[in-house]
Amino acid sequence: MKLHRITALIVRHLYLYRRSLPRIMEIFYWPFLDLVIWGFITLYLARYQSQVPGFVTFFLGALILWDMLFRSQQGITISFLEELWARNLMNLFASPLKPSEFLAATMAMSVMKVTVVSIVMAGCALLFYSYNILIVGVWLMPFVLNLVITGWVIGVFTTSLIMRFGQEAEVLAWSMVFLFQPISCVFYPMEVLPEWLQMIAWANPAAHIFEGMRTVLGEGAPPIGDLAWAVCLNGTLLVGVVAWFYRTVAYCKDQGLLVRVGE
Amino acid sequence: MTPPVLKASNLTKRFGNFTAVNGVSFEIRPGEILGLLGPNGAGKTTTIQMLLGLVTPTAGSIHMFGLDLSTHREEILQQVNFSSTYISMPQSLTVEENLWVVARLYGVSNIARRVNDIVKKLEMEEFCGKITRKLSSGQMTRLTLAKAFLTEPRILFLDEPTASLDPDIADKIRSLLKEERRSSALSILYTSHNMREMEEMSDRIIFLQRGRIVAEGTAQEIIDRFGKADLEEVFLKFAREQEQSSS
Ligand SMILES: Nc1ncnc2c1ncn2[C@@H]1O[C@H](COP(=O)(O)OP(=O)(O)OP(=O)(O)O)[C@@H](O)[C@H]1O
Ligand SMILES: [Mg+2]
Repeated sequence: MKLHRITALIVRHLYLYRRSLPRIMEIFYWPFLDLVIWGFITLYLARYQSQVPGFVTFFLGALILWDMLFRSQQGITISFLEELWARNLMNLFASPLKPSEFLAATMAMSVMKVTVVSIVMAGCALLFYSYNILIVGVWLMPFVLNLVITGWVIGVFTTSLIMRFGQEAEVLAWSMVFLFQPISCVFYPMEVLPEWLQMIAWANPAAHIFEGMRTVLGEGAPPIGDLAWAVCLNGTLLVGVVAWFYRTVAYCKDQGLLVRVGE
Repeated sequence: MTPPVLKASNLTKRFGNFTAVNGVSFEIRPGEILGLLGPNGAGKTTTIQMLLGLVTPTAGSIHMFGLDLSTHREEILQQVNFSSTYISMPQSLTVEENLWVVARLYGVSNIARRVNDIVKKLEMEEFCGKITRKLSSGQMTRLTLAKAFLTEPRILFLDEPTASLDPDIADKIRSLLKEERRSSALSILYTSHNMREMEEMSDRIIFLQRGRIVAEGTAQEIIDRFGKADLEEVFLKFAREQEQSSS
């Protein structure tokens, strides 16, 4: 891997964002709307605090963490789509750039987006609802890191599909992640799922992170087991989807798809 | 004799059971301009895309600078570049920003000076601060040529590079190409549907028809061999044959 090739792509995206207000707004649009809607719902339901203890803490915390995962996935997929829309893929793949460097650059973009969005969301939650995400404590950082990686897994997977099936599959960039939401157990514990769905959810690293969050906030216990599962699953899945991405690149080169995508 | 900078052997590409390129072999020497000629669908673009590693050949091998493209992709692509009328560049960046990104991607040193040089050479001063979306198609072509020259390649692949240029700029581009190959032994593989340009530019010409090489040599050699008045007539002969055999 060569750093100058990775930074070239990052610089390219920064040039793009510097001049595009809609693109900057897009980064904040969903998280902000989410926060407004769920914030009010939470405030309303908080009146019945007694039935579900720690309700507010669970909900807003889960919401902020979920949006980190979502932003992380978008960081990858949108960066790829930008190249697709710009019909720039051919320039990139005919340059010395390697697929791994391409992925590294999109991951860096994803980390930047997550950082900016998290700061804004955490700030808004504090301002509007006096909610401080830091109550999750020292576990916050490992949680966030794992969610970012799960976002990468979904992002690289989606990117491969769009590369393979062309712009018709573009809608997956926004919809794929929501397929994972029910089995990520963001707002409810895994045990409420039907048994067969629990098995699927169990293979999803994000589900363990949200379980872990509830363990910390509910019982105040260290979520070691949850984290260990999340790390193992994330590691395995990341290796898997990167391999799948490489295979997709090879398939597209064989079928001459790299030069056709864009219309 | 100097070794070739590029050697394609028995290059073949099949898409399903359609053969786009069929057993094509050729070499390019340092400083040589090789013209690739052929009717629509003959396989010119597919050949270039295989040489750029964008399309994997079904059979055959590609060597550049003595290295095998299938195993030394990075080293080879670092030293080649391409341009064509059908490629695009990020539309929301300015011309200059686009060139900076390419320069970084290829690890060009002293980027500011290099970009400046290229902008001057291709007479792009007037629009180099413009957003790429706002360029005319001729200006866009110059930008993609600039991006190809920027990285100081040893081989340049040009797929119909002058198709949307006005005669004045097209002429300047041709002079520039010839100048570059004189001063830096740049090798060029060139496609065009402009026969006069082909005759003027190419040291050697390869004629493709339905994915196969059907003639090879200098423009004059090819004209003489088929007993025609000029290259255009030879082209028409091959084009009509291709039409007939596919209908
Ligand atoms: N990815 C692909 N899948 C299927 N067929 C393809 C693909 N790419 C090219 N072809 C076919 O291969 C043949 C050669 O195409 P190519 O673009 O190389 O022709 P060309 O010589 O560049 O023609 P033109 O002068 O029109 O640019 C065409 O019949 C085309 O339809
Ligand atoms: Mg072509």
